[in-house]
Amino acid sequence: MSFLITTAQRIVYAALLLLAVVILNFILIHLAPGDIADTIAGDMGGADATVMAQIRIDYGLDQPMLYQLWKYLWGVLHFDFGHSFFFNVSVADLILERLPATLLLVITAQILALVIGTLLGVISARRPNGPLSHFVTLIALFGYSAPVFWTGIMLLITFSLWIPIFPVAGMQDMTIEGGGLAHYLDIAHHMVLPVITLASIFLALYSRLCRASMMEVLGADYIRTARAKGLSESQIIYKHALKNSLSPVVTLAGLQFSAVVSGAVLVEAVFSWPGLGSLALQSIIARDTPTILGILFFSALVVVIGNLLTDFVLRLIDPRIRSGR
Amino acid sequence: MNKPILRVEDLTVTLTTRDGIAPVLDNVSFSLNAGESIGIVGESGCGKSMTALAIMGLLPQPVGNIASGRIWFGDEDMVAVSDARMREIRGNDISMIFQEPMTSLNPVYTIGEQIAEVLRRHQNMNRRQAMVRATELLDAVRVPDPARRVRDYPHQLSGGQRQRVMIAIALACEPRVLIADEPTTALDVTVQAQIFELLSDLQSNTGTAVIMITHDMGAIAEMSERMIVMYAGRKVEEGTVDDVLDNPRHPYTRGLIACVPHIQEVVTDQRQPLVEIEGIVPSLSEFGQNACLFASRCRHVTDQCLAARPPEAQVSLQHHAACWHAEKLS
Repeated sequence: MSFLITTAQRIVYAALLLLAVVILNFILIHLAPGDIADTIAGDMGGADATVMAQIRIDYGLDQPMLYQLWKYLWGVLHFDFGHSFFFNVSVADLILERLPATLLLVITAQILALVIGTLLGVISARRPNGPLSHFVTLIALFGYSAPVFWTGIMLLITFSLWIPIFPVAGMQDMTIEGGGLAHYLDIAHHMVLPVITLASIFLALYSRLCRASMMEVLGADYIRTARAKGLSESQIIYKHALKNSLSPVVTLAGLQFSAVVSGAVLVEAVFSWPGLGSLALQSIIARDTPTILGILFFSALVVVIGNLLTDFVLRLIDPRIRSGR
Repeated sequence: MNKPILRVEDLTVTLTTRDGIAPVLDNVSFSLNAGESIGIVGESGCGKSMTALAIMGLLPQPVGNIASGRIWFGDEDMVAVSDARMREIRGNDISMIFQEPMTSLNPVYTIGEQIAEVLRRHQNMNRRQAMVRATELLDAVRVPDPARRVRDYPHQLSGGQRQRVMIAIALACEPRVLIADEPTTALDVTVQAQIFELLSDLQSNTGTAVIMITHDMGAIAEMSERMIVMYAGRKVEEGTVDDVLDNPRHPYTRGLIACVPHIQEVVTDQRQPLVEIEGIVPSLSEFGQNACLFASRCRHVTDQCLAARPPEAQVSLQHHAACWHAEKLS
């Protein structure tokens, strides 16, 4: 019962947070100088003031801002994010078409970074001064210091040009007909490099944090108790120590969710991945306000859902959080 | 007399520190008979816990090592057996209760699971059998409402209850030896008495031999038949509790006994001052010297004490004291 109440509470908070994000985004975008009228005028090679004014009236930009905001919020409530000036389709359709590609990239990279990072952290915590531990530290430092776009370009040059085993760009090969297994394998093949690029930076974070928290946990009294029970080393590490050292890693993963989403923008640009990131880039250049707002809303939604999930996973791991004490 | 089930022979344990290698246990020998209860007393850092950890094979790695000596459990030398065999013994034949009940249980598993786990490991029980037995054990250590409590997490229990759970874990496989390392130090006085009572009841029911490590002379007098006094990694006196408490032959033992505060029946203005043993425990770098390590704090010190390590003088059949002046100090 208390679980249901907490869940409801979390969801209400998340909804309020989203509302605040929408309002803030709207105001910020409208504070910035320049609008779609400027872009259209620019494309036409210049226009006089009356034409500009007519364009603004056509797009409803002459109304007071509060009224515009109200209209926008009303629309969002009905899942209507307006009409893209630039692409000339409904923003909701535009985003829903691109969102799956980004989600696929972000979620795969996040899971991969978490699983491999945790494993590397555990391995290096068992022998903190062993060669493997130093190797992991080196990789982590490298992954964390290198900018995402640089890593991406280097991987592209190495594994698509020198050793052409992975495709250069895009998400699928147009020549492959029909659906089925071949189609999924093709997408997976295209995903390898972008996912590695995006995962590398977070892999570094997670493995370092897991190593540190694992080393702390291994010194805990209850690990000595587990040893005194005569348990095997792998039971001690993977049953008793790992579950305790996961909390900080999961917390960080939740906090990093927004960073993964924004990292995806750069990775998508490098690998021409047809996701929200490349759409965001195009619509910012075109000053396509409804699309930008829509993308911001959906990235916020992804981050908020990511944080909600983190919260639940933490509850699953640690009973002390569950009881709310 | 019974054949001892645990025999520690000339055990020397070293600890590698920044200043070098120090013998934190220096040539310690004692034996434990089946069903017997012995107490080990001494100040912090005298080697009580190291003795326990050495027997359990849980010395801090990589700094703690057994340099020499043997620990016989039945016919097996536990210093020489394989890690796998040691894991079979730990928790099954020899188990241990620790000092800190608040942190000795894993916070993310239910207490039922933590008891059941040791049963599954050593007694070939399946999940359900182990859980049923865990509930019975909780009842045996007098945790109220065991059927419900078995699903609780450690943070839902008080310190005393957690120590009861630790006792249930330690006794789950009916071990032949139980090592209790200051089991009540972290608990309230009233709870301490309950835990001691529980331990002695369980001991008389199961016939488990107990090594009780403590700095509480009262607890030793209550719980144990024989006692060992340790100082700076050495055994300084050993004997039956009655012999040692009534007729201590080592100045350190005398000091320890004098330090126990007494509550006066009628509180007068003239309260007795608290007694202390003056001076401090020697530093680790002085351990292992061929001299009496208590000499710097001893009123009876002579040149002989500083020149050579005192041998064990036999006071009576079971009573020994490692002091050059043991004969005089009666």
